Amino acid sequence: MFDWKWDFVWEIAPRLIGATGNTLVAAGAGYAIAVVLGLILALAQRTPYRVLTFVVRELVEFVRSTPLILQIFFIFYVGPQFGIRLSPWMSGMIAIGLHYACYLSEVYRGGIEAVPTGQWEAATALNMTTAQRYRRVIIPQAIPPALAGMGNYLVGIFKDTPMLSVIGVAELIHTANAIGSENYRFLEPYTMVGIIFLAISLPAAGLIRLFEGYVRRKLGL
Amino acid sequence: MTHTENFPTELTGDDIPMVRFQKVRKSYGALTVLDDLDLDVAAGEMVSIIGPSGSGKTTVLRMLMTLETINDGVIYIDGKPLTHMPRAGKLVPANQRHLRMRRADIGMCFQHFNLFPHMTALENCMEGPVQVLEIPKAEARDRSEELLELVGMIEKKDQHPSRLSGGQQQRVAIARALAMRPKVMLFDEVTSALDPEVIGEVTNVIRKLVSEHKLTMLMVTHQMGFARDISDRVCFFYGGKIEEQGRPAELFGNPQKERTQQFLSAVREAV
Repeated sequence: MFDWKWDFVWEIAPRLIGATGNTLVAAGAGYAIAVVLGLILALAQRTPYRVLTFVVRELVEFVRSTPLILQIFFIFYVGPQFGIRLSPWMSGMIAIGLHYACYLSEVYRGGIEAVPTGQWEAATALNMTTAQRYRRVIIPQAIPPALAGMGNYLVGIFKDTPMLSVIGVAELIHTANAIGSENYRFLEPYTMVGIIFLAISLPAAGLIRLFEGYVRRKLGL
Repeated sequence: MTHTENFPTELTGDDIPMVRFQKVRKSYGALTVLDDLDLDVAAGEMVSIIGPSGSGKTTVLRMLMTLETINDGVIYIDGKPLTHMPRAGKLVPANQRHLRMRRADIGMCFQHFNLFPHMTALENCMEGPVQVLEIPKAEARDRSEELLELVGMIEKKDQHPSRLSGGQQQRVAIARALAMRPKVMLFDEVTSALDPEVIGEVTNVIRKLVSEHKLTMLMVTHQMGFARDISDRVCFFYGGKIEEQGRPAELFGNPQKERTQQFLSAVREAV
C-alpha cells in the first residue's frame, strides 16, 4: 500500500502555502490585465477603422489558436533577441494576461452584441457621443450576461498558472516539483497541490454565481 | 437623381418650416422605401402619419432622428440642414459633429420604449441632461421630477423599468425625451406595443403636450380616432409616397383618393 507521511505534510505545508500566494497573485494580476485588455480588444473590433479592426481580429484569432505555453516561451526566450528582457514573473503575467484577454474579448463581444438595437437608438435619440453610449448604456448591459463567461475564465486562468513553472515562476507546481526532487517524495506535495486547487476553484465558482446575481439585482435587470 | 449640393444651405423667408423634407429618397438596395418625399411641418404643428405597414411611415421618423441615412435629398430642421452641412457655399453630407449639433433639436419615443433597464425612471430622465447637456445634477433632477409629474409617473421615479407596465414605461420614455428640451418630438407607434386598457394613459399625456406645450410633433400611429382628435394635419402614406394629406376632418370624413378610402374602410372594419 502507499506510504503517506503526515510529518512530511506538516513540514512542507508552509512552503506550499507561500507558493499558493504566488499562484493567486499570478492569477489575479493576469486576470486584471485580461479583463481590461480584453475590453479594449473587443471595442477595437467595433471601430470604423478597417485596418485596426482587421489587425485586432487576426491577433485574437492567432492567440486563441496557439498554445499558451508557446506564448510564454516566446515572450521569455525569444523576447530578448528583440531587446525585450523581462523577468519570469513579468513574462508570465504578460503572456497569461494577453492570452486570456483574447478569450475575454470574445465574451465581451457576445455581451455587447446581445444588447438590443433599441438601446443604441435611444442613446442616439438622446444625442450621446459614441463614448457615452458605450460607457453609460451599452457596457453596463453587456457585462451581466458576460459574467458567467468571465467567471469561467477566472477559474481557467488560475488552473493555467502552473504553465508559468516552465520559466521558473515559483507557483504551486514549481514548488511541489522542487520539494519532490529535494526529498525524493512526490506523493504528498502533488496531492496537496491538487487539494489546494480544488479548495480554491470550487468555492470560487460558487462565489462567481452569487456575484452575478448581485450585479443583476444591483442594475435592476 | 437630384443634386443636393445645389440645395439651399439655409432656408430663408418669413415662413420657415420647423421640419422640411426636400426630395428625400430612401432605399435598401433595390427596394425604394421612400421616393422623392416633400413634407413641411410648421413650428408648433402636430402632424400624424398613417398608412399600411411597409408604406415608409416609420422610416420618415427614423430618418429625421438620424437613425437612418438618406440616399438623396435634404432634411432641414428649423431652417438649417440636418442631413447635410454647408461647405464653401454648397451642401455636403453631414459628419458626426454636425449631426450631433443639429440632432439636439429632436427627441423621439419608440414603439418598444427603449428605456435603459439599468437605470431607474428618474435616472433615465436625468441621463441626457446630465451627460449630454452637462446640466448640474440638482437642476436636472428638479426638471426630471417636474416632467415625471407631468406624465403622472412621479410616484414610480425610483423604480427600474422592469418593475413598470408598458404604459408606465412609455410615459417615462416621453418624460426622458422631453427632458432634452427638443423643438421637435417624434412618436413612433408609441401605443402599438401596449395592452388596450393602458393606451389611454399614454394618449392622454400626448394630448396634454399638444394643448399645453408649443412643440412640433410628428406621430406615426394606428390609432385613427386619436390622430383625428389631436392632429393639425394627417398624412396618408402609401408605397413610399404621401398619397393624400389634409386636415383630419377632411381626410377622415371625405377622403379623395381611392387608396385612402380603401385603407380607412379596412381600418374601420377591423375595429
